[in-house]
Amino acid sequence: MAPPPAEVTFLEALRQGLWEEMERDDRVFILGEDVGLYGGAFKVTEGFSKRFGESRVIDTPISEAAIVGAAAGAAHMGLRPVAEMQFIDFISCAYDMLTNYVATARYRAGLSTPIVVRGPCGGYVRGGPFHSQNPEAAFLHTPGLKIVYPATVRDAKGLIKSSIRDDDPVLFLEHKWLYRRIKDQLPEAGGGGEEILTPIGQARMAREGKHLSIISYGATLWKSLEAADKLEKEDGVSVEVLDLRTLLPLDDAAIVATVKKTNKVLIVHEDTRTGGIAGEIAARINEQAFEWLDGPIMRVTAHDVPLPYAPTLEDFVLPQTDDIVKAARWLAAY
Amino acid sequence: MALPATRPTAAVPPPGGAALSTDQLLEIYYYLRLTRTLEERLVALYRQTKVIGGLFRSLGQEGESVASAYALERGRNKDILSPLIRNLGSLLVMGAPPIEILRQYMAKADGPTHGRELNVHFNDLEKGYLGQISHLGDMIPVMAGIALSFKLRGEPRVGLVYIGDGGTSTGTFHEGLNLATVQRLPLVVIGEYNHWAYSTPPAKQFAVKDLAEKAKGYGIPAVTVDGNDVFAVYEATKFAAEHARHGKGVHFIEVKTYRRKGHAEHDDQHYVPKGELEQWAKANDPVDRYVQRLLAADLVAEADLKDIDDRVRVEVDQATDACVDEPPPEPETALPGVYVDPPAADKLWFKSL
Repeated sequence: MAPPPAEVTFLEALRQGLWEEMERDDRVFILGEDVGLYGGAFKVTEGFSKRFGESRVIDTPISEAAIVGAAAGAAHMGLRPVAEMQFIDFISCAYDMLTNYVATARYRAGLSTPIVVRGPCGGYVRGGPFHSQNPEAAFLHTPGLKIVYPATVRDAKGLIKSSIRDDDPVLFLEHKWLYRRIKDQLPEAGGGGEEILTPIGQARMAREGKHLSIISYGATLWKSLEAADKLEKEDGVSVEVLDLRTLLPLDDAAIVATVKKTNKVLIVHEDTRTGGIAGEIAARINEQAFEWLDGPIMRVTAHDVPLPYAPTLEDFVLPQTDDIVKAARWLAAY
Repeated sequence: MALPATRPTAAVPPPGGAALSTDQLLEIYYYLRLTRTLEERLVALYRQTKVIGGLFRSLGQEGESVASAYALERGRNKDILSPLIRNLGSLLVMGAPPIEILRQYMAKADGPTHGRELNVHFNDLEKGYLGQISHLGDMIPVMAGIALSFKLRGEPRVGLVYIGDGGTSTGTFHEGLNLATVQRLPLVVIGEYNHWAYSTPPAKQFAVKDLAEKAKGYGIPAVTVDGNDVFAVYEATKFAAEHARHGKGVHFIEVKTYRRKGHAEHDDQHYVPKGELEQWAKANDPVDRYVQRLLAADLVAEADLKDIDDRVRVEVDQATDACVDEPPPEPETALPGVYVDPPAADKLWFKSL
């Protein structure tokens, strides 16, 4: 009898995905700060240096722009670099390199740049203004990049593998609040069983419902699911929850389908409100499914402030399950 | 290229001892002349409004561009360099055809970027050149990555990247140079001290005397050479490239030269001290100096140089005639190729109304 599938954390799933791709394809290598012997600030690459050697797990200076630029150059030559940002907050130091150089390379000059830039993002961990950010909106506006943001253990593995295999540059956002908080059973790694590959660009139906749709991703996907259970139990409202998984390109078909089904939409994200991705989603719904709406498209997001440190402040600024419940209740009654 | 009839090899003994045959000396002259003539043609086309955007000259810097590129291993999948706008000569040495440069400047559909990019912003990695983007300094980390690929694969290849005196003020220059150095990558950096970053002189860019001092601060072997002396630049680059090729890491060569035209053709250079341009043109033109040296040492015949001048003129005429009337890109070709997948951006709804 086959052994039962092992239960692994989000972080372990991610680690497995990286490891399997390093084993499968010797063009794949990792570069970043403290990724080698130390194994990365969150230990995502622990043991990689020992297995794959220092030439494929490269410790770099504290130079995010150079990390991304060097990854791009190596990718032009046919390699498949995975660049780690120690905290995704520091990706802003590589903003020029990503938006001006990497994102435009194929279009302006036919250059192949298959890189993955990954790192821990997100709040709810008392990290303060510079260890809690969600940078997706800063890059959503950049044609040429893809943005992937898994919420589940299975997708952490399936999407990192797909991102490494993708021929376009991918920003891979890993919510650190999920790293060790959620667990799931995955087929035994390397056991010759099912290979997990989550397609980029496809949303996932996380919960079926009839009365109202919540569109979310990352940590707030779990808070949305929690809210949906509560609404079902306490109000008898049936809430559908869509997990976007990929933010660029957005899965318009899945978004429009859920709007047409429930006719009411709440968009929930942890990032700040103004210029956030919810605005883009609302615009698309407006353009593509206006006549299907039975209420205004509403947003639950962080407040428009840098993320503060104190628990009382952070909890107030970030969207909580109760906020989602109250907002959904309001919208359901509309 | 087809060279004139071969003369007996007359080795020039420059300081480091790397000999150049007569054929090579003439080939270098060919590229110097081609650079200058092609740019003069581009000026004419610019004045006829056939060059769509700005035009950037390398007048006065042809020597260091050609000589540094000429010191590399050239051919399919050999060394790779990244030129700046004033390294047209480097691009030509690596094998970029003049017609491609003309098409690129005139934004033709059949140009190397199909009308998407300007001037030297194009590439052919097999031939060995990777055009810059406008954000100065960014090519240092990118070329570090190219050199990293050589190192990881154990290939005996070298990357070469240019940076202007103003460009050394950028963060990416420092980050890239430092990363390449600690990784001991096979990279040669040419620091072009051409006295002007747009209108800003070196004294407002940095407080060191020589760019080489900056490189030394990172632990990089660095030299300063006369950038208008073709032999000196060739020699220094050859030395640096061969050391880098053999595992000795990053090398930095500062070339002291002078930008004799404005930032671009529109720039009237009113900020340049009176007489300075004339002085450099008269006493320190890299092509003139090269020719004088060849003739003084009787290394080539004057007739051979004249033959090259004539041939270059014909080549530039032919290339211009062949592409000047080509069409611009069709508007909707703007949509494909942002990604591999999806293959094209959506055409917006109002375009079909």
